Amino acid sequence: MSEPNARAIEFRGGGFVIRPYRGAAMVFFVVLIATWEIVVRAGWVSALALPAPSSIVKALYDLAGSGPFWRNITDSLFRILAGWSIGSAAGLAIGSAMGIWSLPRAVGIPAVSALFPIPKIALLPLFILWFGIGEASKVATIAIGVFFPTAIATYTGIDGVPRNLIRMAQSFGSPWPSIIWKVILPGALPGILAGIRISASFALILLVAAEMIGAQYGIGAFILTAGNLMQTDQLLAGVVMLSVLGLIIGTALTRLEKRLLRWR
Amino acid sequence: MELIAEAVGHCYGDVVALEKIDLTVHEGEILALIGPSGCGKSTLLGIMGGILQPTSGRVLVSGAAPPGSLNPFTYIFQDFALLPWRTVEDNVGFVLEHHPLSAGERAARVEDVLSRTGLLEFRRAFPKQLSGGMRQRVGIARALAVRPAVLLLDEPLSALDAQTRALLMEDFIALWLAQRTTAVYVTHNLSEALRLADRIAILSRRPGRLREIVRIDMPQAERGTPAGQGRLAALHDQLWKLIKAEAQVAEREVLEGGAHE
Repeated sequence: MSEPNARAIEFRGGGFVIRPYRGAAMVFFVVLIATWEIVVRAGWVSALALPAPSSIVKALYDLAGSGPFWRNITDSLFRILAGWSIGSAAGLAIGSAMGIWSLPRAVGIPAVSALFPIPKIALLPLFILWFGIGEASKVATIAIGVFFPTAIATYTGIDGVPRNLIRMAQSFGSPWPSIIWKVILPGALPGILAGIRISASFALILLVAAEMIGAQYGIGAFILTAGNLMQTDQLLAGVVMLSVLGLIIGTALTRLEKRLLRWR
Repeated sequence: MELIAEAVGHCYGDVVALEKIDLTVHEGEILALIGPSGCGKSTLLGIMGGILQPTSGRVLVSGAAPPGSLNPFTYIFQDFALLPWRTVEDNVGFVLEHHPLSAGERAARVEDVLSRTGLLEFRRAFPKQLSGGMRQRVGIARALAVRPAVLLLDEPLSALDAQTRALLMEDFIALWLAQRTTAVYVTHNLSEALRLADRIAILSRRPGRLREIVRIDMPQAERGTPAGQGRLAALHDQLWKLIKAEAQVAEREVLEGGAHE
């Protein structure tokens, strides 16, 4: 029997819990695109300033049948892949050295801290002087932009590896190359992959900027030309291509993370 | 194998953690190291196992490691120190990978220790899928895989709840009785030390000095019986009186300035 004056305890533990809403994103995009289409077709916004989504799809379809379209894509893919690979490899190597050894760290941290804040696109004119107007200057710009976040993520990732794991490996007599390959680098992998994700977005930004400054072909050059000719449907088709490229890179990295970090 | 610490001292910067420790760990015995927080127990264990350099003094070893021993001085860690990206069997296998064993020999050693520690059915689990007690079993299996001559246990049960601790303690005793490996067992827990050790070395508060060595003259089998537990309880009270005052002072020191174990 409960007391006549007894009352239920007030619940205070609600909220601050993130729930998954499946399909919410899809609904949002459908509503957004439909609203956009309606607004343009109704004439509330000029089709020249903001083409309807259907016009952008048509522009993409028409472009897909043309040779220059594929040249733009392949040139951009080559530049981003080459720049990102070179920058990532250098960032991983230098970042690892900074994470593992004292002298590279003593030299590297001040150097990286001093050079990281420089907007890398500002170096493109210098790279054009050094490497010419061809591919090398664009690839170098992307590579240098990718290098810094990768190096920083790598050495901070290595810093984050619990020291007790290294002590454990030492106490069992593991040789140091084995400690680096089997303890330090796998332990730093979550941080390294986070850095690679950031560096991939840097690479995309620098790709477009570099192509807008000095390229005949490439998605950035295509967008700039379309803008100069007031072909806004083609301009936005170029933006969609970049968005798809970013989405492909993001999805690939997510899959890589799921595969390599399944132990988490 | 026998371990002999001669006038071992250690400093962390200006802080003197250990001072002139003379201590011998005899072959086949379990020596428990107890003392208040920050008295340098784990530091002494690190020096004995060769992963810390003493500031003064030295540690000598006499006798030969047993045949097939791949790592004579082997640690079992308080926080388990398992590689989270490796499965149970790969964690155990990790400590064999740099030794010249065939794949078959390696697999047989892993199989053997997983079987002895009751981990066979968890061999493909990752550490995060295991309870604390099971993780420490992996730590024990990993240590056994290298057939150690001296086991160095750094508070191996302190991260576990009381029930798991009791269960793992029984398992450890059974494993130890099967091989009687020389062991140094660092603990804060007097009851653990009394249940396991042949001798208990009591360290003073920082700087850690050897205060007393107490011999527990009671066979392992007797310690689990009610009569044995009664005698151990009496010893517990006697030892607790010995270390209580220093433990209280050390506790205040830890709160005020931090300490190095």
